Amino acid sequence: MSVARATPPRRYFLGHSYSLVGVVAALVILAWTLVAILAPYLIPHSIGDIVDDDYFGPMRQGLWLGSDYLGRDMLSRVLMGARYTVGISLAAVSIACFSGVVLGMIAAVTGGWLDTCLSRFLDAMNSIPSKLFGLVVVAAVGSSIPVLILTLAVIYIPGAYRFARALAVNVNTMDFITVARVRGESTAYLIGSEILPNIIRPVLADFGLRFVFIVLLLSGLSFLGLGLQPPLADWGALVRENIGGLPFAAPAVIVPSLAIASLTISVNLLIDNLPQKIRDRDA
Amino acid sequence: MSNLVEVTNLRIEAKTDAGRLVEIIKGVSFDIADGEIVALIGESGSGKTTVALSLMGYARPGCRITGGEINVNGKNMAVLSERERARLRGTDIAYVPQSAAASFNPSSTIMEQVIEVTRIHKLMPPEQARRRAVELFRALSLPDPEGIGARYPHQVSGGQLQRLSAAMALIGDPKLVIFDEPTTALDVTTQIDVLKAFKSAMRAGRIAGVYVSHDLAVVAQIADRIVVLKGGEVQEAGTTTAILSAAQHPYTRELLAAFEPKPRQVHADAGAGTKQLLRIDNITAGYGAVRDGLPLIRAVDAVSLVVEKGRNLGIIGESGCGKSTLARVIAGIHPAAAGDIVFDGKELQRSAGKRSQDQLREMQIVFQYADTALNPAKPVEDIISRPLAFYHRLDRRARSKRVDELLDMVRLPRGLRYRHPSELSGGQKQRVNFARALAANPKLIICDEITSALDTVVAAAVIELLKELQRELGLSYIFISHDLSVVEAICDEIMVMYNGKRVEQITPDKLTAPTHPYSQLLFSSVPKLDPTWLDGLVRDPELVSRYGHR
Repeated sequence: MSVARATPPRRYFLGHSYSLVGVVAALVILAWTLVAILAPYLIPHSIGDIVDDDYFGPMRQGLWLGSDYLGRDMLSRVLMGARYTVGISLAAVSIACFSGVVLGMIAAVTGGWLDTCLSRFLDAMNSIPSKLFGLVVVAAVGSSIPVLILTLAVIYIPGAYRFARALAVNVNTMDFITVARVRGESTAYLIGSEILPNIIRPVLADFGLRFVFIVLLLSGLSFLGLGLQPPLADWGALVRENIGGLPFAAPAVIVPSLAIASLTISVNLLIDNLPQKIRDRDA
Repeated sequence: MSNLVEVTNLRIEAKTDAGRLVEIIKGVSFDIADGEIVALIGESGSGKTTVALSLMGYARPGCRITGGEINVNGKNMAVLSERERARLRGTDIAYVPQSAAASFNPSSTIMEQVIEVTRIHKLMPPEQARRRAVELFRALSLPDPEGIGARYPHQVSGGQLQRLSAAMALIGDPKLVIFDEPTTALDVTTQIDVLKAFKSAMRAGRIAGVYVSHDLAVVAQIADRIVVLKGGEVQEAGTTTAILSAAQHPYTRELLAAFEPKPRQVHADAGAGTKQLLRIDNITAGYGAVRDGLPLIRAVDAVSLVVEKGRNLGIIGESGCGKSTLARVIAGIHPAAAGDIVFDGKELQRSAGKRSQDQLREMQIVFQYADTALNPAKPVEDIISRPLAFYHRLDRRARSKRVDELLDMVRLPRGLRYRHPSELSGGQKQRVNFARALAANPKLIICDEITSALDTVVAAAVIELLKELQRELGLSYIFISHDLSVVEAICDEIMVMYNGKRVEQITPDKLTAPTHPYSQLLFSSVPKLDPTWLDGLVRDPELVSRYGHR
């Protein structure tokens, strides 16, 4: 009773309560999304142009984030990098979560041998280390944007499947599912209309988390040289190609790292502080 | 100070989601003398548990004691520090929770948990505490008092566990024990043993008690005085006999009226009852490995029954007797291993998946817990209109109109259609649950314990509703319950089940003279409003040992 619980300040708007942290995080994500969409119109220089006489140039007027290891404009490269990092990750996470969640719910509702086969197969997939899997695929078929998207999606399907199946199994034991079954409803109705609305919040949180993992894995692959190929560059690739600037404290290596951090941390904070619908009986 | 407990003008506030403050206890006052047992009675949400917990100076999370005095043994619990309160809890005041099963730690022995109070408060050395515990086990008439302490909670029955939690409360020699609906979850035959044990232990130790319950008949057996609560206010208070015989307040009368068995409806059209709607022959179903085509553990064992058109069949028995499994077998949720089901003249497939849509539509099942039977993510409107779209292929306008009609039928305001199940009361949820079954236009509705989770008054209203709907729509019900008074009120035939088998089938007018010994035991165990009933009750010990779950 006398124990005070520390809760972040919340604001009320349109029947939802928001926390300030969540709003700030959402703004950061929104900003990066706009950048990703509008990048070609925002960049001051073409990403391939060498505009500086020196390499690893410092921040100064005209070159707001300095220059990279070839003297190219860093600001333009980071803005365009957002396109690839956000775009590829979003595509991959959408495929991974959609297939994982649908398969997970089907497995939970159907049960029996289908559930067993799917679960064991995806467990086997899960046991392959993700970086190694990416390495093998890229080595085998070469690196291109569709290959990257599919590889990242396949790596994260088993996780999404496990998560959704665990949630759906709990909902599946509820009486309203039994009622729907004896009514004679199809599996598609059961998963879409009875189960999904009950697990959508944790699934969305998982979506955000998985997005972060994919951004990091993509950056990791690009850092290893297996991601996007030059002259295209996502943030991970930018870190890698400019790693030589580390001893010079060049902004070229710091800025893309900060970009990765700001996006992933914001997504994390947002899913921890999603707006809550106020359900007040007497209000 | 003359009384052990003096509560004056108690006020408790709760904070809602939106940060609004709501007063849930609005100035409650009552006293408890030494050695007196006072019952707090009222429907769910009336604040009876909140008041009882406040006697320990405890308010549930989100709640706060905002005013009034709670004097227990000369100390005002409302203003004591948390440390001082902790010293009194377990020694001066003890608590027996509703669900003993959920309150015991499954990973340590019963004895360790029973004597934990003496260890925390350093009351006596462990050896002495164990001896004292065994004495209490004996006083609470537990079997094998010497050895039961060495067992783990899952190794004893629910009724025993409830008595063990009373032993845990009594070991610190409290002056006041708070019982929070301790027998609500128990079967009637078990409830009697537990009540008797509580009563004699409290009498012997001259301990005062607060007994929270919504069951007036149980309260009549154990309480000296009754305080009736509603909406956080005391409606009426008085001695048990005074309240039972001459209740003043309308709400108390309503409570009492819910207890009176309603005159059963008599079917005017005697000819209607001649046609069989459902017949099942020698149904066997169960769980576990299958041997010779039959499951190893048989929950339902060669049961046959007949339901006639426009008539109701009641199925009664204790938990674990297989009555719910039987309902699931008839509905096809749990396919039978052997036996035939004939519905409306046609042989039914055992599994619901193989039945035709019309067959599924004509037989609806309504479950006990409306909380889990309604999808929490959907508004009432969507829940009720799904069968309309699915079975009757109605368009949006027709559906909306029909939802209004159905809400009218189950006596719910039309505005409720936009709400989610979490925003409804227990009784309202059960009505929505029922409206969904009605939406299919069924011929038979299987009601699986649909009133068990409801308060007495609300349950009586739901039963009335079922009767009315039957008159209007010519439905048949299979009514499954462990509560005899409910089944008696609505059914034309009553089937008694024990251990998966049909024991006896009788009509309600012959209830007073059941022939089978198990039926006799079951029917004689239902508490009556008469306060002397428990003391005067004599049961055949041989019967109890044969059929009672001790």
